[in-house]
Amino acid sequence: MISLPSPSPAPRVAPVSARLLALGALALLGGCDTVVMNPAGDVAVQQSSLIIWSVVLMLLIILPVMALTVVFAWRYRETNTEATYEPDWDHSTGLELVIWSAPLLIIIALGALTWVATHTLDPYRPLARTAPGKVVTATDRPLEVQVISLDWKWLFIYPEQGIATVNELVVPVNRPVKFTMTSSSVMNALWVPAMAGMVYTMPGMETVLHGVLNRTGKFAGRSANYSGAGFSHMTFWTHSVSPARFEQWAAGVKRNRWRLDTATYVKLEQPTEKVPPLGFGSVDPTLFRRVVAICVKPGTNCMEGMSHAGPAVNDRAPREGEAKGALTREPSEKGESPHLSAPRGQAPGQNDPGAGSNRNMTELHLPAPLRARASKEA
Amino acid sequence: MSDDLTKTIFGRLSIESFPIHEPILVGTFAMVALGGVALLGALTYFRLWGYLWKEWFTSVDHKKIGIMYIVLALVMLLRGFADALMMRAQQAIAFGGNEGFLPAHHYDQVFTAHGVIMIFFVAMPFVTGLMNFVVPLQIGARDVSFPFLNNFSFWMTVSGAVIVMMSLFVGEFARTGWLAMAPLSGIDYSPDVGVDYYVWALQIAGVGTLLSGVNLLATIIKMRAPGMGLMQMPIFTWSALVTNVLIVAAFPVLTAVLAMLSLDRYVGTNFFTNTGGGNPMMYTNMIWIWGHPEVYILILPAFGVFSEVVSTFSGKRLFGYTSMVYALIVICILSYLVWLHHFFTMGSGASVNSFFGITTMIISIPTGAKIFNWMFTMYRGRIRFELPMMWAVAFMLTFVVGGMTGVMLAVPPADFQFHNSLFLVAHFHNVIIGGVLFGMFAGVNYWWPKAFGFKLDKFWGTVSFWCWVVGFWVAFTPLYVLGLMGVTRRLRAFDDPSLQIWFVIAAVGALIIAAGIGAMLMQFYVSIRDREKLRDTTGDPWNGRTLEWATSSPPPAYNFAFSPVIHDLDAWHDMKQRKAERPTEGFRAIHMPKNTGAGIILAGLSTVVGVAMIWYIWWLAALGFVALLAVAIGHTFNYDRDFHIPAEDVVKNEDVRTRALQSAGI
Amino acid sequence: MSTLTQTPPGAENPVFYDLDEHEHPPGHSTMLGFWLYLMSDCLIFAMLFAAYGVYGGSYAGGPTARELFELPLVAVNTTMLLLSSITYGFAMISADERKQGAVLGWLAVTALFGAAFLAIELYEFSNLIHEGAGPQRSAFLSSFFTLVGTHGLHVTFGLVWLGTLMVQVSRRGLVDANLRRLQCLSLFWHFLDVIWIGVFTFVYLLGVLR
Repeated sequence: MISLPSPSPAPRVAPVSARLLALGALALLGGCDTVVMNPAGDVAVQQSSLIIWSVVLMLLIILPVMALTVVFAWRYRETNTEATYEPDWDHSTGLELVIWSAPLLIIIALGALTWVATHTLDPYRPLARTAPGKVVTATDRPLEVQVISLDWKWLFIYPEQGIATVNELVVPVNRPVKFTMTSSSVMNALWVPAMAGMVYTMPGMETVLHGVLNRTGKFAGRSANYSGAGFSHMTFWTHSVSPARFEQWAAGVKRNRWRLDTATYVKLEQPTEKVPPLGFGSVDPTLFRRVVAICVKPGTNCMEGMSHAGPAVNDRAPREGEAKGALTREPSEKGESPHLSAPRGQAPGQNDPGAGSNRNMTELHLPAPLRARASKEA
Repeated sequence: MSDDLTKTIFGRLSIESFPIHEPILVGTFAMVALGGVALLGALTYFRLWGYLWKEWFTSVDHKKIGIMYIVLALVMLLRGFADALMMRAQQAIAFGGNEGFLPAHHYDQVFTAHGVIMIFFVAMPFVTGLMNFVVPLQIGARDVSFPFLNNFSFWMTVSGAVIVMMSLFVGEFARTGWLAMAPLSGIDYSPDVGVDYYVWALQIAGVGTLLSGVNLLATIIKMRAPGMGLMQMPIFTWSALVTNVLIVAAFPVLTAVLAMLSLDRYVGTNFFTNTGGGNPMMYTNMIWIWGHPEVYILILPAFGVFSEVVSTFSGKRLFGYTSMVYALIVICILSYLVWLHHFFTMGSGASVNSFFGITTMIISIPTGAKIFNWMFTMYRGRIRFELPMMWAVAFMLTFVVGGMTGVMLAVPPADFQFHNSLFLVAHFHNVIIGGVLFGMFAGVNYWWPKAFGFKLDKFWGTVSFWCWVVGFWVAFTPLYVLGLMGVTRRLRAFDDPSLQIWFVIAAVGALIIAAGIGAMLMQFYVSIRDREKLRDTTGDPWNGRTLEWATSSPPPAYNFAFSPVIHDLDAWHDMKQRKAERPTEGFRAIHMPKNTGAGIILAGLSTVVGVAMIWYIWWLAALGFVALLAVAIGHTFNYDRDFHIPAEDVVKNEDVRTRALQSAGI
Repeated sequence: MSTLTQTPPGAENPVFYDLDEHEHPPGHSTMLGFWLYLMSDCLIFAMLFAAYGVYGGSYAGGPTARELFELPLVAVNTTMLLLSSITYGFAMISADERKQGAVLGWLAVTALFGAAFLAIELYEFSNLIHEGAGPQRSAFLSSFFTLVGTHGLHVTFGLVWLGTLMVQVSRRGLVDANLRRLQCLSLFWHFLDVIWIGVFTFVYLLGVLR
């Protein structure tokens, strides 16, 4: 266990008990692997110290409140007839001033902290440093990773290396990483708690997250936004490796015969669960843009910016094969809604890609081709 | 029969829609069916149908409607809590390749139903029920402004609950999470009946909530007893006023956004779709514009209860009444300026995120002030630790922790780590259980003697109290820890075996809470059994301070034979202090609204329309709608809606009260 | 609320019970309640306007507002609704003067104008759908049909209510309950007018300018 990043000494006004209790509680948490408080990446480290600071600030008021509540409840119990009893005392301007201004002062402090931290830790902002004191210079290009959340697995495309992986992320240690993210169907969130916070991946839209890992090792990553039946197993390992190892790994994946082209992607996009790590030696370079524009399927054209009046977030025409509104269907098109526990034949995803009923399926393994080698190497 | 004809008649309902392959549901159904048959049999055997219909179902008496709301909340609490137990059990065993006992399609329904039921059909009816029962009594009124509407609102809420419960045995419920986020809830990704059940249950119950909000608002504004200015209103009534402003200003948003979602599903519009110009982010924004005020709709009445309870049991005037009122108003306004903090992770700019983060923190100022005010109400008081007061102290200690973690979540960069994690789950349970539920339990213990004329048993109440408080901490502290360990909500199975111990502890906590619920039911049973021992003849068992304690327990249908006149904030306390004489003669006939069955019929027809729409049975939906319209119009032709309670009956009633008071030595 | 002068606290003989109470007339808070309901309805429209504001330019490669909207038709439509509001006003004036026949007459005229409004709107909708510009075509059209359609639905219910009320007035005359109902419907009808002014400006005029 690595010790917690300790906050700077608490302000002098903090009651000693407050400090002790805060640190005690945090030390207790340090006992188990609380990755959020004990991360491996600079962004997450800053987030965790922000968490500690906000807790300390609030304990300044929370602890006295809790203590006084107990003290008052005990001291003024009915059986204690020695305590003063003032049934009509219901106002004190001075006291009112204190009880409104004390929280106000704390919120002013916390608000200022929030404003600054939110801007410095904005996930869209390229990293200014990779660790305390290590400034990112103009020549330090971040590693670009395009992320596509599929049902229910992660696709990582490395455009510079021309490779792609599924359910495995490999990054060089101490190098900033820029994730450009989208989703194939519903919303998800990319979360590697050891590295940085999470940001949603959304269909037809692009989001950005910057992060860095300062330690080599294997870190858990997952989808943090519920996305349907296979959500629980939408996990992947993030390997932080030395730059040389990274090159070696990329070259290894590059040798794979598997090519991530449109046909493979359409197959990959089908809902599946517990997909083991896959590696693709080459990638269609337009793929990510076409996923964002929702025009991967053959026969759909990418009509972006068709609008006459300014850019809209989504200006794609409705596609063929999307579900019709229920009221406009013929009786025969109503379909049935069998209970999901009813026994079914073959999993529908195999013969009917993209059908809505695929989302009901809970388990289907892709035939496992070559695996990315990093899991063994790292 | 041809397939087309079958589909036209039954829509997408078929034999396969019933969960005959699901042992858990078949077992549950068997139990519910047996219990239901037993209940119906008992009702028939004891000839209670007529009584129930005449005295309760068709009643427009705000007190009975309030009680029925709370019964609904308690019944649904059992269902929602059963869901919680299933989740805790699943998460405690599904480790390292063990998939647990719930398949994904079932587990996903369980957590969705748990959230929907607990918010819409437990917390909301609890809150509405308490407000309904207490507010007219506290302001010295004889009923609400629109008694029929009140009855109708209640049955619409029941209708929503019935639809949710029906999804357990016919088809299934949504598998989307309790807010049915788009595009997952769209027809492309959720083609079956689940989301339709969700939409119709909430729309129908939402009508009820909105109308009861309008009703209580008009009641509080128009029906206060003479002398009661706004700043002489009891603090619970103030919290009810602010709550109902929030309801009237927030629920239309829910109605609109759910209507758009259903248009997407039924007409094929493109509001929240991925193509066709739609935008799923719009759904997230709009649902939270309703969703955040909803949080305050639940908690403010609980704040009101605590204010009354702390003041009464400390034997003291409420400290800082004026600042309490302003705190309520500030919270009401701010609650509309914070919705984006539910999705900092959606990629808004840093300035937008920090704006909403800071507005969120600002809410903690009036909330903090309220906590201080309760504290200083206790200061120099004479605190009687009766059950309501115990809940209040437990609330103060629990809620501040929930408040603190809430502010932690409001710091956007921290939220990037906390969002959707179990830390978040622990936080909102901390404020909803530790705030809303504790408040409702305090309220039930506090006002029960008013409603039924006898106190609740203290032994079982204490057992229940400790089980709930301890159980809560045992169940949710592990969730805070798991959140910090990077565990997300809504997970069904886990790979990392080191997490298991925490989930096991949480499951133990849930069992302790289960014991608390059991003890609470036991408390009700024992109290009803020993009601003569626990009887309160004075109508004022706690030495109360507000007007509801001025009348008998239970209050007569007309609440007050003569309207009380208010001279002081703590009106009843003032009347006792100055030895106000209760008039014992000169009673007159009292004008009251008549009971009507229209509400239950309209709500029943709404249920039919909803269910028909869910299953695509268009003819039935159309027929139900026409019937609905016809009954509604028919009801407007009834001009004979009120009657007078004859003076003799009032005299008889009040004489009983006079004798009771004399024998109690007052 | 109170017919009683309040005794100041600390006065010699404070009155604690209102022994000489006058009955609350039934429905004394109906107007307030109905107004509150209208405000909540107004919020539904606010959300639909907001949705139109967001989606108004999301044509998804489909027809635009400028291509679709026929202002002359909408102008006629608007006139119908405004006229119906005026005639409703006349109905209320007659009601104040307790002239039952005139009330019924003006209500009938109002209903005619309202029905004309609906007919024109339905004509417009069917034209649009016929041209392939139905609510399914784009988010712009979805939000347009929803906003305008919700207003139309309100007018339809207003008409049903109006018809019901005409029967009730002719059966029972201008009793208190009916006058109250007339007033509620009056609020409702004018409210729909105000909403329509918003629709006309925000959707049609600005749509054509876009």
